[in-house]
Amino acid sequence: MDFAFMRDAFLTLIGGVPLTLNLAFMAVGLGAILAMLLALMRMSGLKVLDWPAQGYVFVFRGTPLLVQIFLIYYGLGQFRPVLQEWGLWTFFREPYWCAVFALTLNTAAYASEIIRGGLQSVPYNQVEAARACGMSGFLLFRRVVFPIAVRQALPAYGSEIILMVKATSLASIITMMEVTGLAAKLISQTFRAVEVFIVAGLIYLILNFIITRIIMAIEWWLSPHLRRPPAVEPRLEAAHV
Amino acid sequence: MSNGVAALSSQFASSEAAPAVSVQNLRKSFGSLEVLKGVSLSAREGDVISILGASGSGKSTMLRCINMLEVPDSGEIRIGGETIELKKTRKGMEPADQRQVDRIRSRVAMVFQSFNLWSHMTILENVIEAPVHVQKRPKAECIAEAEELLAKVGIVDKRNQYPTHLSGGQQQRAAIARALAVHPQVMLFDEPTSALDPELVGEVLRVMRSLAEEGRTMLVVTHEMGFARDVSNRVVFLHKGVVEEEGAPAEVFGAPKSERFKQFISSHR
Repeated sequence: MDFAFMRDAFLTLIGGVPLTLNLAFMAVGLGAILAMLLALMRMSGLKVLDWPAQGYVFVFRGTPLLVQIFLIYYGLGQFRPVLQEWGLWTFFREPYWCAVFALTLNTAAYASEIIRGGLQSVPYNQVEAARACGMSGFLLFRRVVFPIAVRQALPAYGSEIILMVKATSLASIITMMEVTGLAAKLISQTFRAVEVFIVAGLIYLILNFIITRIIMAIEWWLSPHLRRPPAVEPRLEAAHV
Repeated sequence: MSNGVAALSSQFASSEAAPAVSVQNLRKSFGSLEVLKGVSLSAREGDVISILGASGSGKSTMLRCINMLEVPDSGEIRIGGETIELKKTRKGMEPADQRQVDRIRSRVAMVFQSFNLWSHMTILENVIEAPVHVQKRPKAECIAEAEELLAKVGIVDKRNQYPTHLSGGQQQRAAIARALAVHPQVMLFDEPTSALDPELVGEVLRVMRSLAEEGRTMLVVTHEMGFARDVSNRVVFLHKGVVEEEGAPAEVFGAPKSERFKQFISSHR
């Protein structure tokens, strides 16, 4: 092991971290919106909405992300005239946007199932209590259903975010110079694959360690009701007031 | 009790023309099972009506129809003189106007058997939720009032704790405070003490008794014979979806007319 070389490699690869995080957070952010939409479509009870959403999830969970990236980056090029006509070519011409697009579509499929699980786990009696005091529609969703669902879904959603950070490494094959892209480039220059990939793996590990901690902090902050009460207040009333 | 609540209840007391709640010929089936077979009931301002019956008699279903948690198949429900409009759809009956239902629900508070407090909110947040977000009243005013209500039910020291940190009796008292916070015209209690340990029943019944003494209009589905006898001014006994016996507690408990009610009382002694 050449530690001096590994230090240099680390300094080189760290330059890819902003792009790695950029891709991951763009995809997770946009994917969350799409996932919400898909989850609501699946739960609408209307076949015209449910079936397309089910089909979407089936296709994007059932095919490799790598294939999806290739199809979007290379495949859509075949429809260049059409895309130009629609004014979308400037978008799909860029490998960055192709990567964001593929990652977004992919994470939305997984996240929609996580969100659906969260929404379905909201106890019916809590919804009924809200209805009984005059809540309905968006107010009911915003104040009761969604906050409870988020708390249920967060642990699984945390895993999905970590998976997305790692999935950005696939963007390197369509010329994106994020951490893995820089690593591949460095290897082709130095032929020292082991050291470079150890360093690359370490960088992902550090990123995901930080992200895991942030998710844990959010979970902690959102679930005071699952912890013991902060201070045991004197029990003024026993069984009888 | 805050001035706001006192002002509201006196306002309701003056509107003597229409009964607070009137249920006419209510019918409801679940699949092929007919749970309510034409039930009628009327409550004036300040009435405390105990609704008794064996399980499966339809008493909870009737109560849940009053605030549209169950939609009746036919019949009429009037709250404070306002008839809840229903319409027929392919799936059965549905409220014609969700806004009307929401408006009526915000005046008809409900206390559930299993408390149904919102688990992600503190006790205080549970109490101010509907006043702030449904009735759109100023938050500071709602908090002050909520603290008064929590003091009244004896759990003001728990206001910043979460429902899971409270005993069943405390949770139910919090749920009663939550129901009071909307300044309800009518309060519905759906077996409020049935999920409680025997030693916790008393503290909840005591709160309910004090509400009855304030002159609140209450419909209480219960198995507590003591409450029915001593606190309510009218008792309704449901059997297989019809009103089998009805009257003042002294009357129905003293000289029950129906054989089934006799059996029911003797089995609940």
